[in-house]
Amino acid sequence: METKTKQLNRRSFIKISALAGGGILIGFYTENGLLAQQRGAAPPVTPINPNTYIKVHPDNTFTIVAKNPETGQGIRNSLPTIVADEFDVDWKQVKIEQSDRDDKYARDMGAPTVGQREGGSTATPQNYQPMRNVGATARAMMVAAAAKRWNVPAAELTTGSGVVTHTPSKRTATYASLAETALNMPVPELSTVKLKDPKDFKIIGKGTPGVDNFAIVTGKPAFSIDVNSPDMLFAVYEKCPVFGGKVMSANLDEIKKLPGVKHAFIVDAPPLRPAPAPGAPPAGPNVNWASGVAIVADNWWLANNARKSLKVVWDEGPVASQSSAGYLAQGKQLASTQASQTPAGGGPRSAKDGDAEAAFKTAAKIVEAEYSFPLLSHAPLEPQNSTAHYKDGKLEIWSPSQTPEIFNAAVPAGIPNSDVTFHLVRAGGGFGRRLYNEYDIEVSKIARLVSDERARAGLPSVPVKLLWTREDDMRHDDYRPAGLHYFKAGLDASGKLIAFRDYVSSHGSTSVIPANEFPRGHVANFWVSEGQITPYGIPTGALRAPGTNGVSFVMQSFIDEIAHAAGKDPLQYRLDLLANPTAPVPAFTQVSFGAPFNPQRAIGVLETVRDMSDWKNRRDKLPKGTGLGVAFQFAHSGYVAYVVEVAVTAEKKLKVNKVWSAIDIGSQTVNPTHATNLVQGGFIEAMSHMMAWEITIDQGRVVQSNFDKYQPTRMRNAPASIEVKFLKTDFTPTGLGEPSLPPAVPAISNAIFAATGIRIRSLPIVSQGYTWT
Amino acid sequence: MPYKLTVNGQSKTVDTPPDMPLLWVLRDVLNMKGTKFGCGIGQCGACTVQIGGQARRACQTQISAVNAPITTIEGLSADGSHPLQKAWLELDVPQCGYCQAGQLMSAAALLASKPKPTDADIDQAMTGNVCRCGTYLRIREAIHLAANGGRKA
Repeated sequence: METKTKQLNRRSFIKISALAGGGILIGFYTENGLLAQQRGAAPPVTPINPNTYIKVHPDNTFTIVAKNPETGQGIRNSLPTIVADEFDVDWKQVKIEQSDRDDKYARDMGAPTVGQREGGSTATPQNYQPMRNVGATARAMMVAAAAKRWNVPAAELTTGSGVVTHTPSKRTATYASLAETALNMPVPELSTVKLKDPKDFKIIGKGTPGVDNFAIVTGKPAFSIDVNSPDMLFAVYEKCPVFGGKVMSANLDEIKKLPGVKHAFIVDAPPLRPAPAPGAPPAGPNVNWASGVAIVADNWWLANNARKSLKVVWDEGPVASQSSAGYLAQGKQLASTQASQTPAGGGPRSAKDGDAEAAFKTAAKIVEAEYSFPLLSHAPLEPQNSTAHYKDGKLEIWSPSQTPEIFNAAVPAGIPNSDVTFHLVRAGGGFGRRLYNEYDIEVSKIARLVSDERARAGLPSVPVKLLWTREDDMRHDDYRPAGLHYFKAGLDASGKLIAFRDYVSSHGSTSVIPANEFPRGHVANFWVSEGQITPYGIPTGALRAPGTNGVSFVMQSFIDEIAHAAGKDPLQYRLDLLANPTAPVPAFTQVSFGAPFNPQRAIGVLETVRDMSDWKNRRDKLPKGTGLGVAFQFAHSGYVAYVVEVAVTAEKKLKVNKVWSAIDIGSQTVNPTHATNLVQGGFIEAMSHMMAWEITIDQGRVVQSNFDKYQPTRMRNAPASIEVKFLKTDFTPTGLGEPSLPPAVPAISNAIFAATGIRIRSLPIVSQGYTWT
Repeated sequence: MPYKLTVNGQSKTVDTPPDMPLLWVLRDVLNMKGTKFGCGIGQCGACTVQIGGQARRACQTQISAVNAPITTIEGLSADGSHPLQKAWLELDVPQCGYCQAGQLMSAAALLASKPKPTDADIDQAMTGNVCRCGTYLRIREAIHLAANGGRKA
């Protein structure tokens, strides 16, 4: 194989190789354009291997590598469509190939945590420009090859459907026929490579159906749980129901005698996550590792059946004395003793502009309210699972992880990164849950122990599939943190907001503190501070739109209360606040790539959704028991506003009739078909948060264990329509997985207020007697 | 013990305990991975198959209680030619896609008994099938599309 590596310029490299059997492979090093641009400097580039591939096959079809994991957000389509459009081939000529986990993707991105991650709505903003560069450079090479072959100026050549055309001489050449010439050509400078005018896009912005749809609708293996091998064994893993608890002993000899059981052993608590070496990539998020008992059998049902006979002596540890009731009592205690004494803010989790306490004394009207939202489990429909094969000191793993790259799941099993082959398999939903891939650790350890036991018995090693039950999944999550918010607002005689205060009783490191949230920067006196509930032994983590998924409910509901107290239209009240900034808002960090809140973009989505819903007329004409609610949110770089119409009966039966949504995620929606689906799904998920979802803790363990006590929104609850409109603005395209969820919750609760006069201040509302119609 | 089954028109014999759920017989004994595990208690519908033409939760059906031919997602049509599969593809229904086999099997049972279902019929028949991603509006639309012979209403 001939390989040439050529430097395009300081920040971009290209590598061309001949493919066995004909054709060529084009590999690229690319940098993260958006991060570089918004950080004001290019990230360091340390090329190891090319990270994005186009394969040009002799039959003029093309394989494009999808590097990011797919959990339903559509990234297996959207990144390759960007490459394909700039390469100027037809989507039907393209086959998608999912890459394995590889450090090269992360390192080249200059930010070791983002190369192959599915999370934080980062894939589009971080990859849009690099993927365009990849496709456009490859196209330029095909054009240059044709220009050389025909001895004509490149400027006279056009492309389309993988063919270069020279119109004056009526000559055409397929990319495949030009591949060999391209292989021996100098590579163009990136600065000379012309990107398409977005109006000429043929795939981007047009909508492409999911590349795995056919497999999904015909029942072909497509998901991590479907990974199969004829000699595979199946594992279950029993952990202490109390967080932090450990196995002391178990009746393993008895378990080993049960039908189909091949192995049963205790897996020790893994060592704590080691600190990364200086300059090394972070070892990943804190994963809820725990010791447990593994049972390995001929099929999964037999393994799980054996659990019924399992008797484990646990050391439950200190968390066993904790409960939701205790956390709540402590949160209330903190608020009553500390809310007015907390030192001035200024840190990332607190804020103080002006002097809210002084302003309250001058206010014509004071509004006070307590809000709360609970812990939530992610509950992706495919329970956690992973398959691993330990053989000859090496590990091969098939995982649904959202962050395959940043956490070396096999290290706890004593297997170095260099000896791990990590396959990214489609996941049945993520929602943030698969950022915490302890199932990969568990299966690595179990697979190694199984292979070791088999080796001692003279048996060959086999792959092992670990599958959790739904109960395992709900009881061993990294939960969306709960929040208790104590609000106070001051209005002057005209109803103008002059002071805003939020004291938050919180826990854990995942922020539920609205330090930079609207109305910050739009009210002269703004004060947010927090108190920590301790000890707090429940693992928490990122759930779709971390931070704002709870904060939007409390902030956008309380703003509604303020508007009502002022006697103003709640939508217009928000617009008036947004139009009158009092101070610049400090930049967010990770959720917006450093871009600060832009009130003009918030105004844009609010005005659009107002017009879509015919807000004023509709509001005036609604029958009794029906109400319209509004909310907006800046989340993960996107701006989303909803108007929701609900009907509520005297028996508190709730129906969401209609929904309107306006979205600003920048200049380009890469795949509008899937994007609309994601927005509608975000709203449907919000309905689950609103009505029914709550995780409670009793004696250090999760009370709920399955969907019967954690009811998701169902078909009969779904509104008749959710209209979605994407604004096209002059901003870099950003992600959509997260932003559509948060404001949907307060839009519904504000609509309930409009319909009934009852203000929803805590979630979920099933505990307040509400049900769906 | 041995059980004789008809799965998607084919005769199969499996040797399993009598209380083994059909779901795990399909997935791990017959290696048919299309039918999915979601909750194990009949709450989510991911494991929906048809037994004698009726939508049934395979996780709640013991192998010894199966007394009629079984149709799974693999038997709806292997080439994607069933009107519901075509509608699902046309409207790009899936997000993660994990629930969709169960959704399709419930929808197929609905159309078999009510070729032109109303929204209320769909709500009634499909409410046992959870879509965690929230694709309900597209599922509704796709069922109507299939019922309408592939023509948009």
